[in-house]
Amino acid sequence: MLTKPKDRKELLINGFLWAAAFLAVAILVFILGYIILKGMGHVDLEFLTQKPRKMGSEGGIFPIIIGTVYFVFLTILTAAPLGVGTAIYLNEYTREGKITRIIRFGTELLAGIPSIIFGLFGYAFFVVLLHDYTQGWSLVSGALTATCMILPTLVRASEEALKTVPRSYREGSLALGANKWQTIYKVVLPSALPGILTGIILSIGRAICETAALLLTLGGSLLMPESIFHGARTLSMHLYMVAMETGNMDVAFGTGVVLIAIILLINFTANYAIKKLVARNR
Amino acid sequence: MPEKNNKIITENLNFYYGKFQALKDINIKIGEKKVTAFIGPSGCGKSTFLRTLNRMNDLLGEVRIEGKVLIDDSDIYRSDVDVVTLRKKMGMVFQSPNPFPMSIFENVAYGPKIHGIKNKNTLQEIVEKSLKQAFLWDEVKDDLNKNALSLSGGQQQRLCIARVLAVEPEVLLMDEPTSALDPISTLRIEELIQDLKKEYTIVIVTHNMQQAARISDYTAFFLNGEMVEYDRTENIFTKPKDKRTEDYITGRFG
Repeated sequence: MLTKPKDRKELLINGFLWAAAFLAVAILVFILGYIILKGMGHVDLEFLTQKPRKMGSEGGIFPIIIGTVYFVFLTILTAAPLGVGTAIYLNEYTREGKITRIIRFGTELLAGIPSIIFGLFGYAFFVVLLHDYTQGWSLVSGALTATCMILPTLVRASEEALKTVPRSYREGSLALGANKWQTIYKVVLPSALPGILTGIILSIGRAICETAALLLTLGGSLLMPESIFHGARTLSMHLYMVAMETGNMDVAFGTGVVLIAIILLINFTANYAIKKLVARNR
Repeated sequence: MPEKNNKIITENLNFYYGKFQALKDINIKIGEKKVTAFIGPSGCGKSTFLRTLNRMNDLLGEVRIEGKVLIDDSDIYRSDVDVVTLRKKMGMVFQSPNPFPMSIFENVAYGPKIHGIKNKNTLQEIVEKSLKQAFLWDEVKDDLNKNALSLSGGQQQRLCIARVLAVEPEVLLMDEPTSALDPISTLRIEELIQDLKKEYTIVIVTHNMQQAARISDYTAFFLNGEMVEYDRTENIFTKPKDKRTEDYITGRFG
């Protein structure tokens, strides 16, 4: 009576699920390990602090690191207010209706568009049409294009974050005589901040990994960007261009290692900040 | 009913959610510095009525209101009424405690701050005074910087009352303030209400008839959006005039 029933099927399923999970992690570790092993030898102080020579096949990647940092900052600077603002408007200022449905449908549609299409648009609009304002291929054109690209993610994540703020907080604040903006600014946004930050981090990730759209808008200059109206090159672009144009795979792998390191650094710092925020809100 | 010093008067008040009529022709006079309880089964309109008194229902979508709500003899639904001033005057305590996710101090200082008080010492005084009024000071005075969400439910509700008192309202609207609390916390809130009655007009919605009987001077019984009976509390509970009131207080339904 109390003996175990036949559990071969159960065992089989467990085995399969375990293997799937193991394989997924193994692939990730393999890729990361491979790139780091191949590239690590090339990363030294000189590589990090020198200018590139011979189209990047020799020398370092210092201007490219700086270009990446500028690009990410500029993109977040334009995308965050727009994205969070849209989310606040959708979630706090409108009732569910035709307009919100159209805006939401629009942002979701944008999320599904391949990045090269954004690149094409960015090229035609920011680089060519608005040349007088953006100086053509420049950090401005690239950042604005990337902004269009990451906006949907940002709006969506911010909206979800705002939705998790209990209605009772808003009511409590309004009942004390606070107006809408005071309520949003002082109660709703602080509570939603961890979620919004997560959205911003995901967006940075997407922008930093982008190549195709940026080839068309950021240019690809190897020089140190002197202002936001100069062209630049991000690490992802550099990796692609060095590999394809010079064939120097050592530099490409080295760049890959630096790129991965930067992404991990951003993620860890952000996670730490978010944890601190959540702890403060509890 | 209270003849002199009526704080709140409604005249032929009708309220609709979309097509549904939630309040039917409510006429009531609520006395100043009295405790008035609204009782009735769920969905009878008592909370809706409470929320028409500080215009919290404005926040909902398709609502319509007819008739008058007079507070200190002036109609709060006139188009030139400043809702912010109105809500400051009509403090509200909600069903489940809703402190903001900030420190105890910041919670109480929130109202005064948004109404323009910046001076640190003044804020400190207001916070201390309000917490004392809400019988919470002794329990929290040493950790005012602690997060409010770490307090117990009963303490949180007293904090919410302190937060309301800090903006110096004249009326306290309480929407089932003890329904989420244990009996001991409930008792503390009831004692607090007895104490606050000296200075404030209190309107309390409650599910709990014993509570209404214990703490209120006047009681209104609501059923299906109508105010069936309104009288001195002892009359409502000892010699109700309406059969439906009698059925409700004797527990025949509800």
